[in-house]
Amino acid sequence: MRPMNGFRDKRVIAALLEKIAERRRGLTSPVRIMEVCGTHTMTIHRHGLKGLLEAAGVEMVSGPGCPVCITPNEIHEAALGLVTGRENTVLATFGDMTRVPTRRGSLQAAVPARGSEVKVVYSPEESIALARKSPGKDVVFFGVGFETTIPSIAFMAKSAAAERLANYSILSALWLIPPPLKAILESGEVRISGFLYPGHVSAIIGTAPYEFIARDHGFPGAVAGFEPGDILLGILSVLDQIREGKPRVANEYTRVVRQDGNPVARALMAEMLEPMDACWRGLGVIPASGLKLKPALAAFDAESKYGLRIEPRSADLPGCRCGDVLRGLIAPPECPLFSRTCKPDSPYGPCMVSFEGACLVYHKYGAPRP
Amino acid sequence: MSRISLELGSGGKSMRDFIAGKILPAFGNRELAGLLDASHLPGGIAFTTDSYVVDPIFFPGGDIGKLAVNGTVNDLVVSGAAPRFLSLGLILEEGLEEADLDRILRSIRTAAAAAGVRIVTGDTKVVRQGQGDKIYINTSGIGKVVAVPRPRSVRPGDRIILTGTLGEHSLAILTARGDFGIEAPVRSDCAPLIFLLPFWKSGVLWMRDITRGGLATILTELAEQAPHPLIIEEESIPLSRAVRAAADLLGIDPLYLACEGRAVAVVPEKKAAAVLAGIRKHPLGRRAAIIGRVDGTTGRPGELLLRTASGGLRLLEPLTSELLPRIC
Amino acid sequence: MCLGIPSKVIEVDPAFQTGRIDYLGTKIKTNFALLDDVKIGDWVIVHAGFAISRLDEADALETLDMLREMAEKS
Repeated sequence: MRPMNGFRDKRVIAALLEKIAERRRGLTSPVRIMEVCGTHTMTIHRHGLKGLLEAAGVEMVSGPGCPVCITPNEIHEAALGLVTGRENTVLATFGDMTRVPTRRGSLQAAVPARGSEVKVVYSPEESIALARKSPGKDVVFFGVGFETTIPSIAFMAKSAAAERLANYSILSALWLIPPPLKAILESGEVRISGFLYPGHVSAIIGTAPYEFIARDHGFPGAVAGFEPGDILLGILSVLDQIREGKPRVANEYTRVVRQDGNPVARALMAEMLEPMDACWRGLGVIPASGLKLKPALAAFDAESKYGLRIEPRSADLPGCRCGDVLRGLIAPPECPLFSRTCKPDSPYGPCMVSFEGACLVYHKYGAPRP
Repeated sequence: MSRISLELGSGGKSMRDFIAGKILPAFGNRELAGLLDASHLPGGIAFTTDSYVVDPIFFPGGDIGKLAVNGTVNDLVVSGAAPRFLSLGLILEEGLEEADLDRILRSIRTAAAAAGVRIVTGDTKVVRQGQGDKIYINTSGIGKVVAVPRPRSVRPGDRIILTGTLGEHSLAILTARGDFGIEAPVRSDCAPLIFLLPFWKSGVLWMRDITRGGLATILTELAEQAPHPLIIEEESIPLSRAVRAAADLLGIDPLYLACEGRAVAVVPEKKAAAVLAGIRKHPLGRRAAIIGRVDGTTGRPGELLLRTASGGLRLLEPLTSELLPRIC
Repeated sequence: MCLGIPSKVIEVDPAFQTGRIDYLGTKIKTNFALLDDVKIGDWVIVHAGFAISRLDEADALETLDMLREMAEKS
């Protein structure tokens, strides 16, 4: 028996959807809820929840929480450059990263230099194990992620430093969830009714970092887990908050998310990493929205170790309106690049990279349909 | 200056584009254009070929030799032909342990006997160390045509039958490689599908073995040819506990995992129950199930839809890229 | 990318803060450095080979009961 079967049960889902439809009927304005996290997007897609929710009167919008999508092209290209340009270099990374199309192709379609390879790993631990057992190779871990994944990448930096592992380094693209939400909310009009906050990011950071969204901006929201039942419980909570006119940060994933998150993981992040102003694909530079290895760890930072000059420029995306798509201000075809210069195999903004991004879905299937 | 990348061999979209863009224009003829697993030739003969480069060469439930026989045998069976003769081409890397080669040859002999095929011609080459990976095998197969698959004749109401659980071969290879630190109680499903041959006479309209790309990719290919959309039910698809677990842990969709001893067939509604009962009588078909149907009301022609366990509807697309390393 | 699976700890090597978890009979190597004092039998959420949080079993069962009740009522 799967531990979470009860959260996937068809009757449970039907009952929750009925409750959602009932709550929705009491509201007059449209209900659009942004699922911030890419893994929520995945669950909604895998279980076919989008259509069921639309039938219940709730529109789901994918937010900026897909690290693969919001990592600027230049960083993907730097990874590609390492494995195609340097001999005996192993680029270890998560499977998700290997499919991202860049102007120079994707990692999985790349032909590595002699003795080099792209190695898909499940855990960052596998990357450091590779470095230990192959002293003749330079192992670069292309570590990308949000707060859920960042502590494990920080742990790799700590281990490499402790072992003085000279053939190991990290090409990092580490992103924080609250700053882009703040940026989106402060940039002007937002046609969103509420937020579904990421469950596993929150397992690390807790619930306090979202308080400003309810307090300063008046948006309801709920932290939700990743089973279909979890997601619907989160949506139900958002609808209740809209109805009561009392926005807050509800926690609908209490079996995993503690109010103060995971202090051990956060301490490790603080020990190894420092904040930076990071450039998000399609959203531009957001203050203190990323993390990087501290200068003392430069020997393990692929960017300094290999003298890479990665200059992600938001100017790289002239005309890209992903920000407006995310805020619900325009539909994808209203962007001047949509389906012209910005296509699935040559995407500009994150909404065309993510397999469930609004622009990609629109490009493939046309206007939303049941 | 474009060069061949591993992605081309993944069985996904880039391989299909390669075949359509380079192979077909170069050699295009009526037999090849069908792109069947095996081509039907004049004289009631079916002909196929396949190469095997699996790493590791031994894995739980099989080895490269067993795979090389069953893979080619299965391509004939699902193309409507009774397998008769195989060729055996061996490419050996200098330094291969002779004991390993002996073990593989014994396995080939056993598999050929089990499938009722004879190995009637062959070739052996040796390449320098580092120029190959222990052993590569090519087998071509000749069979006698017993039926002509008719994917365009499927009608609304026709049932889709899956002959067993999905993904055990993929997972066995992954586990044997020691990738991802995963330990799963699983064996490859590698097996000959000759027990399915009689069902061509019981009304099967179309059949495919589920290899690279998995069930979803293979059914999208049928959906492209069929005049009506296909719909499958997530709850009806048999999965082993180990595959469910690995899929959850690694974030992989079992619908895209490879098998080496499973097939999917389309059967008219009236004959479906009898065909299912027949398949289930065979030890390799014990977990067979009706997993879906050709549908006249949901979706649009060309589409493959999944009714999820939660009650939602999801459009399935062919595998576009490979998340896993080489598996067969 | 933020996939996390509730699994049971079956092996702990305190010296290296590593071990293995079991999920439906499948076992996978896991790093426990992000949690204090992990013991055999604990339920944890595993993401990319790291246990990132403990699973509160009682809380999970309570939610499941609530959902089951809701399904039976409707």
